[in-house]
Amino acid sequence: MFNNLKILYHQGKQFIPDVTTAKVPGIFRGRPVITTVKVDEKELNELCPVNAISVNPVCIDLGKCTFCGECAMRFPEKIQFTADYKISANERESLIIKEGDDKLVEVNPEKVRREIHSLFGRSLKLRQVSAGGDNSCEWELNAANNVQFDMGRFGIEFVASPRHADGIVITGPITENMAEPLQICYDATPDPKIIVLVGTDAISGGIFAGSAAIDRSFLDKYPVDLYIPGNPAHPLTIINGLLDLTRKS
Amino acid sequence: MHYLTIKNNQPVPVSDIPEISYNAFLILNTGMVVETAGRHCVNYFGYPEGEKILLICCIADDDEHVIYISSSVVDIHSELHSFTAKQLCFEKFEREIHENYGVQYSDHPWLKPVRYAHDRFDKTNVISNYPFYSIDSEELHEVGVGPIHAGIIEPGHFRFICNGEQILHLEIQLGYQHRGIEKLFLAEKPLNQLATLAENIAGDTTVGHSVAFAQVWESLTGFEPGRDIDYARTIALELERIAIHTGDLSAVCTDIAYQLGSSVFGRLRTPIINFLQEWCGNRLSKGLIRPGLNRYPLTSELAKRLTVVLDTFEPDFTEMNKELFNMPSALSRFERTGVVSTEDASAIGAVGMTARASGVVRDTRVSHPHCLYSELDHKPIVKRHGDVYSRVTIRKKEVFQSIKYIRALLENVPEVPELQSSSILKTPCADLFTISLVEGWRGEICHCAITGSNGKLIHYKIKDPSFHNWMALALSVRNNEISDFPICNKSFNLSYSGHDL
Repeated sequence: MFNNLKILYHQGKQFIPDVTTAKVPGIFRGRPVITTVKVDEKELNELCPVNAISVNPVCIDLGKCTFCGECAMRFPEKIQFTADYKISANERESLIIKEGDDKLVEVNPEKVRREIHSLFGRSLKLRQVSAGGDNSCEWELNAANNVQFDMGRFGIEFVASPRHADGIVITGPITENMAEPLQICYDATPDPKIIVLVGTDAISGGIFAGSAAIDRSFLDKYPVDLYIPGNPAHPLTIINGLLDLTRKS
Repeated sequence: MHYLTIKNNQPVPVSDIPEISYNAFLILNTGMVVETAGRHCVNYFGYPEGEKILLICCIADDDEHVIYISSSVVDIHSELHSFTAKQLCFEKFEREIHENYGVQYSDHPWLKPVRYAHDRFDKTNVISNYPFYSIDSEELHEVGVGPIHAGIIEPGHFRFICNGEQILHLEIQLGYQHRGIEKLFLAEKPLNQLATLAENIAGDTTVGHSVAFAQVWESLTGFEPGRDIDYARTIALELERIAIHTGDLSAVCTDIAYQLGSSVFGRLRTPIINFLQEWCGNRLSKGLIRPGLNRYPLTSELAKRLTVVLDTFEPDFTEMNKELFNMPSALSRFERTGVVSTEDASAIGAVGMTARASGVVRDTRVSHPHCLYSELDHKPIVKRHGDVYSRVTIRKKEVFQSIKYIRALLENVPEVPELQSSSILKTPCADLFTISLVEGWRGEICHCAITGSNGKLIHYKIKDPSFHNWMALALSVRNNEISDFPICNKSFNLSYSGHDL
């Protein structure tokens, strides 16, 4: 008993008081900013391992980007990754960052389905489906629930059964072998329900986009409510994205 | 000579690998693993050449610090005698060869699909009708779990056959995570794509797999990594070990409903992975390791910062462990739960901390040193009982050991040469074979590559330690209560994506 209290005392307060303004340590690669400086665009385009950079005008698609930082390392005068971790959006186009356009990536409240605010604004229970995820986004989703990020304080929790869930969170590029279980899980979730894609692999297939072993037809059938980019997505990106989707007006 | 003897990361011309008759190949390799305990199969795979298959078997000799490579060419339609009938450790390798190429084995005891790979031989086999083992009895019942599990975790199906609450048998069926990685390696991609692929094999072993790939590539291109590169890799490997072991201690505490341990270990992982972010911009060290260059040198400022991180981590970690390992209610859940005997661990070819927990000394940091491990005078931590307690204790002790190694390395931060670019790497040489062994936190990671006449990769074979160790989990739960499955599972924490590829 005394020992337990001693440990608690030594641990002190671990939680992040305000997850919307917390600073991330080190050289975090969040929302990129692209200047209008002219560089060798062919080289820039070829540099990207996942074809996330398009040219004329230069754009980075955060839904494809693996945040490896290769482009910013080669062309620091053109591309800089900021520490802004709020990069979730409910519209796919919002994830595309254009040159000379220092605009935030945000959830557009007008495009959020009306029932999401009224039903899930104070309590959101989610079922996670890893469909070929490499266990990195799964790691960070777990971290979002630890004592530091403590997503539970907002009433957002992961549940063990789709029957108890208000929506599903998909990680991974959706493999052929997971396509059917994913569909069964989605069908078992009661309406109304949301779909959240976490991580580059889920949003665009990422580095696996060209693989014959993946089957993304599920995403052609249903609208996606939230895109949370990252490789893996940072817990603060995840929490802020879910809060903005369910509460921002 | 019927086999070729090489060292870890040593490239050899493919034509130097002796090609012998299948019978001689079978006798040689199955015989080799029984002769001494220090030998085990690190990789065995087929490379298709038209209607023929070139089988390549790699047996590591831990005492002699070498790897024996031998090969044999067989016809796709032939029916062969299996290695498995003589030695169980070849079991999954042969199932893989059978699944991918249709090679038949006359005496393989368990010739079932491994992962339902996209390019498997028989496409009429689908994942939804896997042939589960079952026992017809009125006393017994089956429990099916997955592929989607209750937590935030990767998918896989577990089928238990239980006698009341007691587990009689567990069959683990995987393949749901198959993304076709090995095929993607062959698609003539630029190096940065290959490196990105390697770090996505298993996101919890980003460093392990990307170091293995980097070493393969450097070996094929004839590049000798400088001390600063090996230095960064060694520290990254040990940090990854600390982070995951700490996180898994948290998970084990969660599974025995010990809230304080779960919270404290869970939060202790954060400063370690946040340091990785300070170092390379990513909490799981994606982007840190690249072939041929030191993308993020560990500078003396970072070294100072890491010392501070470890100095604050260690007392908290020590205090929490002291409490956990002195708590009778926790110990009673750990001790004699989920036992894998030394004989079983050795027979199935278990590797890494799973093997070491069962008294099998298997650690490539000693037996096939890579990076700077030969300087560290590494002594593997070994326990005998093979239960959850042994595996949890190994995790605790390895964290302290890793801290010790990192501290020793931090005393001497190497000079970093002018920032290089990966363009200094030549293209891989033609017709080479190479093998790279890396001790990730789970155990031995093995990558093998073969290049064609134009220097392009024509075969890439990845083996995650989980490929061997999933069988250890299946054996460990026998005769345990089904309610103890979660702690058994977490004490191993095996990779689904690393297995399914």
